[in-house]
Amino acid sequence: MYGFFIIVGIIFIIRLIQLQIVENKYVLAAENNTRRDVMIYPPRGLVYDRNGKLIVYNEAVFDLMIIPGQVDNNKMVNFCSTIGIDTLEYKKKYKKTRRYSRRKASVFKKQLSKTETAYLQEKLFQYPGFYVQARTLRKYPHHSAAHLLGYIGEVNRKEIKKDSFYTSGDYIGKSGIEKSYEKKLRGQKGIEKLMVDVFNRTKGAFHNGIYDVEAVNGTDLYTGLDIVLQEYGEELMLNKIGAVVAIEPATGEIISMISSPYYNPNMMVGSIRSDNYTILVNDTFKPLLNRAMTSAYPPGSTFKLIQALIGQQEGVLTPRTVYTCNNGFYSGGLHVGCHPHTPKIALQESVKISCNAYYCNVYKSIIHNPKYKAYDEAYLKWKSYVNSMGFGIKYGIDLPYERSGNIPKPEYYDKYYGKGHWNAITTISLSIGQGEILATPLQLANEAAWIANRGYYRTPHIVSYLGDKAHENQEFHEQHFVGIDRKYFDVVIDGMEEVTQSGTATLARIDSIPVCGKTGTVQNPHGENHSVFIAFAPKDNPKIAIAVFVENSGYGGTWAAPIAGLMIEKYLKGKISKNKKWIEKRMLNGDLIHK
Amino acid sequence: MRKSGFSFGNLDWILIGIYLLLVLFGWINIYAAVYNQDHSSIIDMSQRYGKQLLWIAASFILILLIFIIDPKFFNQFSYLIYGFHILTLIAVLLFGKEVAGSKSWFQFGSIAIQPAEFVKYSTALALAHFLSGIKELKLKQIVISGVIMFLPAALIVLQNDTGSALVYVSFILVLYRMGLPGGVFGVGFVMVILAILALVFNTLQEQIILTGVIFSLLAGLYYFMRKGFSAIMRLLAVFIISSGFIFSVGAGFNKLQPHQQDRIEVLLGLKDDPYGAGYNVHQSKIAIGSGEFTGKGFLKGTQTKFDFVPEQSTDFIFCTVGEEWGFIGAAGVVLLFVALLSRLIFVAERQRSSFAKYYGYGVASVLFFHFTINVGMVLGLLPTIGIPLPFFSYGGSSLWAFTILLFIFIRQDAERMNLL
Repeated sequence: MYGFFIIVGIIFIIRLIQLQIVENKYVLAAENNTRRDVMIYPPRGLVYDRNGKLIVYNEAVFDLMIIPGQVDNNKMVNFCSTIGIDTLEYKKKYKKTRRYSRRKASVFKKQLSKTETAYLQEKLFQYPGFYVQARTLRKYPHHSAAHLLGYIGEVNRKEIKKDSFYTSGDYIGKSGIEKSYEKKLRGQKGIEKLMVDVFNRTKGAFHNGIYDVEAVNGTDLYTGLDIVLQEYGEELMLNKIGAVVAIEPATGEIISMISSPYYNPNMMVGSIRSDNYTILVNDTFKPLLNRAMTSAYPPGSTFKLIQALIGQQEGVLTPRTVYTCNNGFYSGGLHVGCHPHTPKIALQESVKISCNAYYCNVYKSIIHNPKYKAYDEAYLKWKSYVNSMGFGIKYGIDLPYERSGNIPKPEYYDKYYGKGHWNAITTISLSIGQGEILATPLQLANEAAWIANRGYYRTPHIVSYLGDKAHENQEFHEQHFVGIDRKYFDVVIDGMEEVTQSGTATLARIDSIPVCGKTGTVQNPHGENHSVFIAFAPKDNPKIAIAVFVENSGYGGTWAAPIAGLMIEKYLKGKISKNKKWIEKRMLNGDLIHK
Repeated sequence: MRKSGFSFGNLDWILIGIYLLLVLFGWINIYAAVYNQDHSSIIDMSQRYGKQLLWIAASFILILLIFIIDPKFFNQFSYLIYGFHILTLIAVLLFGKEVAGSKSWFQFGSIAIQPAEFVKYSTALALAHFLSGIKELKLKQIVISGVIMFLPAALIVLQNDTGSALVYVSFILVLYRMGLPGGVFGVGFVMVILAILALVFNTLQEQIILTGVIFSLLAGLYYFMRKGFSAIMRLLAVFIISSGFIFSVGAGFNKLQPHQQDRIEVLLGLKDDPYGAGYNVHQSKIAIGSGEFTGKGFLKGTQTKFDFVPEQSTDFIFCTVGEEWGFIGAAGVVLLFVALLSRLIFVAERQRSSFAKYYGYGVASVLFFHFTINVGMVLGLLPTIGIPLPFFSYGGSSLWAFTILLFIFIRQDAERMNLL
């Protein structure tokens, strides 16, 4: 008999040694059993406009979370009726989350309503492995600036892999400043370590909370946007395809950036996002595309200003230089047409009336400058001016998906014509902003900005201050000089002023504020020409520089210029003067899409 | 015959000491298992530890009563006591209250009593009485002993409380002491092995292969024995019986209730289901394993306290020991039980009255069975069978029944000097 007792005793003690001393997986299992780490999601940073108006804020929502390893599937039927889904859906979701992780929490049901949340909080203790997690949704009270603000969405596997900050179900900025300032906006997650019992009921803080990690709020962003102007611009651009970019010349702050067609940013929030995304992505007018930065067009006649400045700087052009235009520019068999005007004109007049022949001659004199040994050397010099003026390059603006446009390299023409076999005449369309040149509306607005500054620009950007007004966004402080002496600007700017006074863009004129502008009409082989206008105002001490690009709308003076004029007036005066109401009405009602 | 005088000096204080240690340590662990800060007073009657304290006090009264009663009473009236308890088992079947599927409780006001617990000591009494009156153990005596042992077991099975019924198997150990051939245990052992194999290889195809393996083993055995024709016949009989057994185990297994099938399958590792049938045992292993060598400390066990381990104050009380007192506490309890059982056998062997001796064996057998099954279950070595750990688990009925069981024997032992 003693033998039995001793054998059993020894077996038990060996088993105890195995469980308690040899294996330590049970210690971990015990921790996992009782400790639940609750992520404390910090509120995402808020976004303000230049006048301190709140343009992005957070609204609390609740997600139903699941820890698959703790779920008791015997309670499935009851659970399904509690949260109102069928068992098939339950099984699908359970399997999916379980595949992700048995021990880590995943989202089981997104964005519960407040009443749902209150109801569930009371019932949930019966269902181990489920709990409610508070999160925040983004809200956009002004329904505009969707392309700039961007949107947030659930992280995908790739993003989780790239940055261990994220776990399944977290939100991340997917576009706009939500994306480019993600690391500032997201803050730091906190962890509250709780003790829970088998029913997942909280039993207090783990070790009195000494291991808790406090959450750090996301950084607020103060932008240079004027949300009122942005909304006004969107109204003006309704039913038109194109873009408007307005920049404060002195700082490079983007006051408005409109890409039309646009969408309400609140469409991309919460559970409706995926449906709306599908609608928007399939829209043939591509409303998700930010045309202001990602579409590049030939700049058209707005590029003549550049020729005028480079010509002067290179010493091949003075304000008194006169060229004759007889309905255009002739060279050998080549003819660049022009509209009828007085044949003999000087520099300032050429800006005002936008004479093609004049700029063909200017460009020719730049490229065929005897100072340079070869045409391509002169061209390279010209290109370096154009690049330093912000064309054909990326600025590193604080928005994703910026495009550089195109200023062809000499090699491009070498390949096309053979080295030494091309000159100003073969590339003459560059003189009037046609041909291979491509520029984004942002680059055109920047052109207006550095002309307004008489020779330099600061990198255009959205966010001016981080956290509070005391912390300037240092990244965009540098001045970029375009390589043109200040003295050469006067004649060009005088010409630009005449453009709105009596030239090609009188619809952009504002009483009491001198507006300097330049129209452009981009030849479009596929349909109606694109209408372009760049401008800044006031002439002295400019406050706003703007570029308007309206696709398939004809002359720059008909659509782009009046819209720019209205934007400038709205921004500088706060309202539109009575005598311009008719223009405003025509622009607001203009429909260039549904023809 | 001298006048039966009772003297404290004649009591076996080692047994009593171990008993007191177990009851006290048991209570401490019940306190820890159900502890909550709002009710920390030890005499809070709304809490299990408060009630258990009451049961313990009542046990001491029972002990005094047993000491007062003439020890010969239990011998002479053993059949009457046995009969009375059998009647209570029948009564509970008719009038009892159903708790968790088992109809095994009487409800008296706020107190519930489980008669099956008390039948153990009366069966031990009756068996000891019967065995002390016979000269040798032949088939007839074995059958009568079997009836005494398994009549209550059968009634308890009818109550749907298979676990408690299994306890009566332990009385076979008493018969073993009487001289039941050891071969019976050998056969039993082989049968258990075969049963396990039959469950592991549970398709017909696998079972046929299994019988083939047994056949070749027996054939090999014969090759070494070479004892002629009668050996062939014997081995052939063994083969036929074991094959039949294998197939009937498979068939019998399918007749078990699903939750019982699950438990056996989980234990044999045929099913890995830590959140289903294996949940209790899985959690219990986590609780014990997380205690490590020295334990988490009194009232610091998280697993048992937060209800991860079910039944932690009753059948799974050993978890709390393992978690809070670690290897030292758990091994200590195992050693205490081994000491208790060994002391019981030692004391039984020194009895001059054969009734007292067989009763002592009965006591040891019942306690041994409970200890082995309960701790084996908690450690994940045996299937989940819900029986309490003697003196440890929460519950008035089981504490009283084990106290009576033990102290009748201690009382008998105190008389050993006075007999004859």
